[in-house]
Order: sequence, then C-alpha cells, then structure tokens
Amino acid sequence: MASLVGSRVERKEDKRFLTGKGRYTSDINLANQTYAIFVRSPHARAQIKKLDISKAQKSSGVVSILTGSEIAEDKIGGLIAGWAIRSEDGTEMKCPANPPLAKDIVNFVGDPVAVVIAESLEEAKVAAEKVSVDYKVLKAVTSTADAMNGDTIHEGIDKNLCFDWLLGDRQKVKEAFEKADKVISIDIINNRLIPNAMEPRACLADYNSASEEITLYTTSQNPHLSRLIMSAFGNVSPEHKLRVVAPDVGGGFGSKINVYNEDIVCSWAAKKINRAIKWVAERSESFLTDIHGRDHVTHAELAVTNDGKFLGFKNETIANLGAYARVFGTVTPTYLFGPCATGVYEIPAAYSNVKAVFTNTAPVDAYRGAGRPEATYTIERLVEKASMELGIDKTELRMKNFPTAFPFKQTLVHTVDSGDYVAGMEKAKQMADYNGYEARRKESESKGKLRGIGVSSYFEACGIAPSAAVMSLGCGVGLWESAEVRFNPTGQVTVYTGSHSHGQSHQTTFAQIAADELGVPIENIDIVHGDTDKGTFGMGTYGSRSLTVGGIAIVNACKKIVEKGKRVTAKMLESSPDDVEFKDGEFIVAKSNKKKTIGEIAFACYLPGVRDEMKSPLPEGEEPGLKETAFFDPSNFSFPAGTHIAEVEIDPETGEVKLEKYTACDDFGRIINPMIVEGQVHGGLAQGIGQALYENAEYDETGQLMTGSYMDYTMPRADNFPEFNIGYTCTHATTNPLGVKGCGEAGAIAAPPTVMNAVIDALGGQEITMPATAEKVWKACKNLKKPNSKAA
Amino acid sequence: MKNFNYHSAKDIKEASKLSSSNSAFLAGGMTTIPSMKLGLASYKDLIDIKNIKKLSGIKVSSKSVTIGATTKHVEVANSKELKKTIPSLASLAEGIGDPQVRNRGTIGGSIANNDPSADYPSACIALNATIHTNDRKIEASKFFKGMFETALKKGELIEAIEFQIPEKSSYQKHPNPASRYAIVGVYVAKHKKDINVAVTGAKPCVYNDKDLSKALSNNFSTSAIQNMELDSSDMNSDIHASAEYRASLVVTQAKKAVDAC
Ligand SMILES: Cc1cc2nc3c(=O)[nH]c(=O)nc-3n(C[C@H](O)[C@H](O)[C@H](O)COP(=O)(O)OP(=O)(O)OC[C@H]3O[C@@H](n4cnc5c(N)ncnc54)[C@H](O)[C@@H]3O)c2cc1C
Repeated sequence: MASLVGSRVERKEDKRFLTGKGRYTSDINLANQTYAIFVRSPHARAQIKKLDISKAQKSSGVVSILTGSEIAEDKIGGLIAGWAIRSEDGTEMKCPANPPLAKDIVNFVGDPVAVVIAESLEEAKVAAEKVSVDYKVLKAVTSTADAMNGDTIHEGIDKNLCFDWLLGDRQKVKEAFEKADKVISIDIINNRLIPNAMEPRACLADYNSASEEITLYTTSQNPHLSRLIMSAFGNVSPEHKLRVVAPDVGGGFGSKINVYNEDIVCSWAAKKINRAIKWVAERSESFLTDIHGRDHVTHAELAVTNDGKFLGFKNETIANLGAYARVFGTVTPTYLFGPCATGVYEIPAAYSNVKAVFTNTAPVDAYRGAGRPEATYTIERLVEKASMELGIDKTELRMKNFPTAFPFKQTLVHTVDSGDYVAGMEKAKQMADYNGYEARRKESESKGKLRGIGVSSYFEACGIAPSAAVMSLGCGVGLWESAEVRFNPTGQVTVYTGSHSHGQSHQTTFAQIAADELGVPIENIDIVHGDTDKGTFGMGTYGSRSLTVGGIAIVNACKKIVEKGKRVTAKMLESSPDDVEFKDGEFIVAKSNKKKTIGEIAFACYLPGVRDEMKSPLPEGEEPGLKETAFFDPSNFSFPAGTHIAEVEIDPETGEVKLEKYTACDDFGRIINPMIVEGQVHGGLAQGIGQALYENAEYDETGQLMTGSYMDYTMPRADNFPEFNIGYTCTHATTNPLGVKGCGEAGAIAAPPTVMNAVIDALGGQEITMPATAEKVWKACKNLKKPNSKAA
Repeated sequence: MKNFNYHSAKDIKEASKLSSSNSAFLAGGMTTIPSMKLGLASYKDLIDIKNIKKLSGIKVSSKSVTIGATTKHVEVANSKELKKTIPSLASLAEGIGDPQVRNRGTIGGSIANNDPSADYPSACIALNATIHTNDRKIEASKFFKGMFETALKKGELIEAIEFQIPEKSSYQKHPNPASRYAIVGVYVAKHKKDINVAVTGAKPCVYNDKDLSKALSNNFSTSAIQNMELDSSDMNSDIHASAEYRASLVVTQAKKAVDAC
C-alpha cells in the first residue's frame, strides 16, 4: 500500500464546505429558542451611574433582561488570564476583574453591560435600544506608548502596568555592548490588528432542567478548554453538567481561543430562563469585541563588530493588553515573544524586557503567530539595518551569524533540535533569483519607479508545548494533547482528537496519518473533534500544535492498537507477539508466513468466541474491543524556520507599493499533505503582508475605533498579491516520531519584516511604520533625490 | 434592520405615486440596504424600481450616450457600444466596488446618492451630462449640490443620464485600499469646445477643477500641469489620506489621465 503521508490527498472536508453542508454554530437552531442582543458601552471609559431597564422590559417580545448586578449576585466568575507572569522584581502580575457584564465601570467601546433576551431577534434589537444607561464619561487611555502616564484605569494597578518582565541577563548584555564596534538601534511599532475570521463569533446555549445540563454551541478553537475555564473560573456549571460543542468553525487565527463574555452570559442565562438562547455577532461587534492582536512599541539594539559578528541584543517593549488580560494575553508578549528575540542567530548575550500595559481598548491576545511575529519583526528589522550600516550583504550577514551545528542552544531559552539555516537561505536566494536583482532594480528605475528587496530569516517555537516547562513559567494548564482511536467491529476507524479544525484540514491530514499507521483505507477513517462529549479531553488548536502534539497523540494511540493486534494475532496464529510484524494493514507471523488483516483482528476483538467451541481469540487477560487512548506531552517545542525574500516596486508620485515578488522557503520538517501546507503558507503570508502593507486597527484619543468596518479596515484581497513562490528545505524534528514541526503561523511571522525590509530598502533606508500605506511612502519619497526618470 | 414595506412599481407613474416623505426608491440597494442594516437610515416604504423596463438600457446617438437609471454597473462596463464611443466610462464602471456590487448597483442610484467618493459623479461633470428625471432635465453642473446632496426633490425619479461623447477622455482612480471607493478620482475629458477635469473624492462634493482645465486648455499635455500645486485647504482629510496628499494625487491622477487620453 502506498504511503499517504507526503501526498496531495484532496480534502475530505471540501465536499461539505463547498456544497453548503457545513454546520456552523449559527446554522443550529433549537425549538423554542430565544435571541440575545448585548447592550454595549459606547464609551471607552465611563462609570455606570444608572442602568434603567424598565422601558425595555415592557417592549414586545422581551423574555428577560439581565445586567451586571444579577451576574454578580449569582457569583458568576469573570474572564481570566491563563498565564501568571512575574515581574523582574519578583512581584506577581496585576490583573483587574473582568466581569462578563460590566456593573460599575466600562473599559472599552463594546464592553457589554446588559443582555436583552427576546422571542425574536428584531424584538431583542428594539428592546435593547430602550435600555437606558447613564454614564459618567472618564478620560480614556488609548496610546500604547503613553499608557503608563495616563490616568489609572483599574483601581490598584499603578501606571496601568500589569507587569514589567525580564528574560535574560542585563549585566552580560551591558558587557557585550561595551565590546561592540557599533550599536544598531531601532524604534519600531508592531501595529494592532483585528483577526477578522470569516465566520463571526456566535453561541447557542441550551439548558435541560431534568438533567441539569447546559449545552453550549460556540465558535471555539478549543471546546474542552472552554468548558474547563467556564466551570472552574466562570462558575457557570460543574464540568460534567456542561457540554461545549464547537462544530464547524470558520476561521479563528487565535481570536476564538478565548472564552468570551457572550459564552458565559448565554450559558448562565439559559439556565436562569430555562430556554435556549442564541447570539450571533454582527460584523461591527466582531471588530469591536473580538480580541485584537500585536500592538507593541519597541526600542531594540544590536551590538556588532565591524566584520558583522553579533555580540549582544536587547529590546525594551511596551505591549498593549487592552482593557483586560485574557487567556493568552499575558503570555503572548512574554514567553511567546522573548525566547524568540534573538532569532536564528548566535548572539552570546541578550535580554528582552516587556512592560505590559492596560488601555481602554479591546483586549489584545494571541493572533496568528502570537509573540513570534513581534519578535521576528524586531530582530529582522535590526539585522537588515545592520547590513545597511555595515555595508555587508544582507544574506551574507545573516549567514555569518547562523548557528553552525544542531542542536542549537540559544542564549535565552530554547534548544533548537534540528535545522539547516544556510541551506534554507541558499535555496531561497536561488528561488528568488537574488543575484539577478540589480537588473530588475535598474529596469524599475528606468520606468521612474523605486525598487527594493527585503530578506528575513525566522524560526519559531511551535508545537506548544511541554507541560512541565510551560507550567513552570506560569501557565495554568498542561499543553499535552489526547487522541482516541476506535475500531468498529466491521473495521472502520473513528479517531477522536482534542485538536480543533477551523480551517486547518484535520479531517484530511489526521486521516492520512491514521491510514498509514493502521493500513486502513482513508475512506474508512473519520476524524471527530469539537465536542466535549466526544473524545477524552483536549487543549485545542493554536500555536501550530495540532499536528506536532495532537497528531502525535493519534500516532501513539494507533501504535497501541497495533501492539494489541500483535498480541491477538499471536494468540490466533499460535505464535508469540514478538514474531508478529505489522505492515500495510496485515499482521504477519514471519516464521509461518500466516497472516491476519487488521479488519479480521478488529472483528475478533469484538466477537471473541466461536460457535460450539469454548475458545477465545483473545490472549488470557486481554479485554475485548479495539480502542486505545493516548495522551502526548511533547519533550520540547518544535522549531520551523526559513528565509523569505520580497521585492517591491514603489511609484514615488503616489507612494503606492506593489509587491512584485514573494519567495518563501520554509523548513516544516516532514510534510504530510503538501497541498494543505501550501494553503496554510498562503493564508499566513496574506495576513503577514496584510500587516505590513494594509491592516491597522486605529483608535482615536477618546477610544473610538476608527477602523470598525471594511470601509476603513483594509483587509488584503487576492489582487494585492503576486503569485507566491513557495519552496521547502527539510530537516526532521527529532522530538516526535513523525519528524513534523508545524506550518500554520510561519507566513504571518516571516512576511511583515520581509516586506518592510524591501519597502525600506526602496526608500533608501528611511524607517516607516507598518502598514506602509501609500501616503506614508509618498511622504518618504519626497525626501529622496528624484530618481532618474524617463518621463519628463 | 427595522421592518419596512416593500413595493415593486411597474411603471414610473406608480413609483412616484407610492412615494412619500418616509419612502425611498430601491434600485440596486447597494447603498440603501447597508445603511438600513447599520441603522443609519430607516424608511416606512421601499419602492423597487428595478422592474420598470423603461429605466434600463444604453442608447447611443452621434453626439451622446444615454444610460437608463437602473442600468447596472456591470452592464455599463460590458457595453460594446460604450466601449466604442466612451471607453473611459465603461472602464470607470468596471472599477466600481467588486463583482457583487457591480452586479446589483446602478448608475441612477450612484448619482442620486452622490457619495463624495463615488466614481460616476465625476463622469457626469466631465462629460457635460444631463440628468433626465420624471419632471425635468438637469445639467450635471447644477445637479451635485454637496455631500450626499443633489438637486433632486423628494420623490423625483432619475430616468436616465445623457453623456456628451468627448473627443478623448480618461478616468484615473486612486482607490481607498479598504473600501475601494476613490480617495481621489480624476476624469479628464476633451470636448470640441472645452476641457473638463472632474475630481471626486478630494472635496465634500465632486467638482470641475478650473485650474487644471485651464492649463490643459492651453496645452493638452502632462507638462502643462507637471508642477502644479493645488490649494488643499478645502480638501478632505481622514485616516486614509490627508488633504495635502489628496491635493498631490489630484495632479498625479490628472497627469495619468492626460497620458491615457
Ligand atoms: C462594497 C461596496 C463597494 C462599493 N464601491 C464603490 C466604488 O468603488 N465606487 C462607487 O462609485 N460606488 C461604490 N459603491 C456604491 C455602489 O456604486 C452603489 O451601487 C451606488 O452607490 C448606489 O446604487 P444602487 O443602485 O445600489 O442604489 P440604491 O442603494 O438602491 O439607492 C441609493 C439611493 O439612491 C436613490 N435612488 C436610486 N435610484 C434612483 C433613481 N432612479 N432616482 C432617484 N433616486 C434613486 C435611493 O432611493 C437611495 O436613496 C460600493 C458599494 C458597496 C456596497
């Protein structure tokens, strides 16, 4: 049987999605359901003086209106930060309470203060307009850079500072900088982004008063984790009386990791009113209340020698958490960021300092790449600047500082098990025709255009994550993954995974893996995810962990099945398990060349008897049935890496930037399905290029979101991109049996510095901030000497 | 969206009879429906005019092209006659929004709405258009009154827009990267007697830039306007473009248009 791992198997999920048979949360309707509309704060920061629902309660169709007071009375818990971060001085981080419905004070535009539940959506909307809230508006804090100088937002949190964190050694860095020939320094902003999943958030909560069970259908990347949080911290219901179902989910990018206010409020309220409640976000609500991403202000320095050796690195960053600290809010700018600060280079001394601040803006949390794009942007912008200042070719300078051997023990945290960064760089250069660039630049110049080339080399820590390691750093849970593999008596297989697919194609990739492990045709394998009633438990999907952690749990469960199959075969064929080999779905006794198919073994496991004979095919003590569970806890992160190269052409008259060429050469370890990996790379690149050239979430000084719709928030479109030139090098991960590393976030990590390095190259080294909009670039072009223009 | 009554008018007479102080005509709905959804507008009655046959279609004569009010952007973009007579107008329509918008949005709706960054108003000014309503004929130069404001009276229905065929013309749009409406769009048209440089997006309402048209009347080439600097004091400024940038874009887009003529 040919191996499926490595081949472009068509997606099993496509038929469902392309023929409209997907089942998303908002597709689900229950008899007698009600509809929820949330009343939200129109102010970024205000005290609630009075909240009057009397008029709204009389509105037609209203079932119930609930506010922050009731939720407080019922002791329903608030939203939480999942990682406890400690400051450099040893003190614990300071986080405010984040009640699901605000009672006394609102802290960002969109903060919910009440929920109106009615018989129809229209009636709920009309009634919601009649809820009257008397606010005392307070001065909002919105700027990341100035947050520490603003009014105190949360009582007891001085300077709006959640923590002031340090990773690394200040003294060693100081010494390294003293030895430097040159210090390269930059001040950069990592712009705030809005994730914009295609499917807006939604939930439908149902309560069964007989079983006292709540069922919550919701748009989640991690239903088991949501259930755990809602029951352990939200106090919504004991865990066994709460079922969370995240059916088809249309994109997450991190924004659907969190348990949100609406999940908790609808679950709690459904029990209160003893009816199902449905809520579907409007796009405007998504813009305002989905978690946002990035939003760092950074000063960074690199100490170098004249011949281009890196001696030391440091960054001082202010990271905006928004109004409240959410699940991955505090770890994203710390342990997902700092450890990657030195990039793919040997830099003997380094530190990363991050001050995380609260502001009156939407909460900021993990967004595709989470921390690693911010780290990569910092080091790769610095290295590019170093190459300009030292006059050393940007690719040579990078290669000069690449590690020469693996495992590569980095200065800050990680030990990278495998990789070959030089091979990646050389292949990328060849793919991009790096050496032919000068001719293309001249051609652009002859048309009156400016051309620039940018490079970035990245690595990322994926496969999140070894439980003991992350828990020692403050994580509130272990980050293992579970899988359960079940055979039917007639030989088909159901694989239950704790990972969650919201665009990642697990139904196909995981089935390819199981098909190879078990020798069962892929058509006979179903992958089940997204329901806490199905499968054991799971930590969900983010941090490029599905394959590297969840996939390995599947492999391990399959291996247990094969082991049992060997024992049963041995009994049936009167041999010893050690003499049984398993290959392509057959158990073969080498000596006698007798065999049993895995289907026959499954059948025998479920029907362990023979008519007229008291004889079992199962060895003594062996349980009937064929089902195995595995929990996989990785021993290390995995470390995808690569080099990307971009070329841009700028029209100096309008400042428009055209991305002419984009080359991505990545090392993702073993690739299970190249077609799916390409899709992941394309999507990541689109988001990364979006950050560099188009996307920006902007608040005005009163805390109003200026980019709250697609009229103003620039989502990149297909015509903004050239054909992507994608290639791979491959070194296998040594820390998992498949040798896989993860590919979901790479594009979003590598693209922003690659594109910005190209833009800044075209602008003669002038720094500009992301996104490089036409107007910013136009202004920079005015500072340049006129290029030799053919046009008069 | 609040509930409303939907009417489909079979002729112009019925449409105007149904119209009241709390109604709106519904053409493509590409502006009306989103504004109702966002709560920016609400009406008791929507009067659908798409089924009135007479309001749709493109007629070409020797001097002018007349486009029915409910003609969709996609029909204008694909019209063979128009590509021969005023290709710049077909290509303007092709650059509006996205395929979904072009498959529903209409020229009459666009002009009646008079969005400061819409494309069609510039064509009306540049091509000395006449707006035919159920009541009168209005010259384009007197039709566009201000931001989202036109000479139309309540209940007055646009039937068609008649464009004068120029000797040469070109429309050059610098789109807003988010919405793809014009940050600045410049429509240059050279007629036998005059040259118009109609500008959309730059100010609260479309206008004919007298300085640029004068310069081009003397010398119809990019060099005539190469180093012109426009007064930006009354130009729009928002998160997408400052007034200063818009002023520069007007000249740049005008040059591109002259080049393309
Ligand atoms: C996503 C998107 C992108 C867009 N991009 C662009 C763009 O790039 N450039 C651009 O120019 N436009 C753009 N538009 C607007 C688009 O062109 C609309 O179609 C147009 O503004 C309105 O036309 P409509 O037929 O849909 O009018 P409707 O929405 O039906 O009506 C608009 C207004 O005009 C009135 N009206 C309609 N027809 C008549 C008539 N015959 N007589 C009197 N009053 C009438 C209506 O009562 C209403 O007040 C975009 C719209 C969207 C949704």
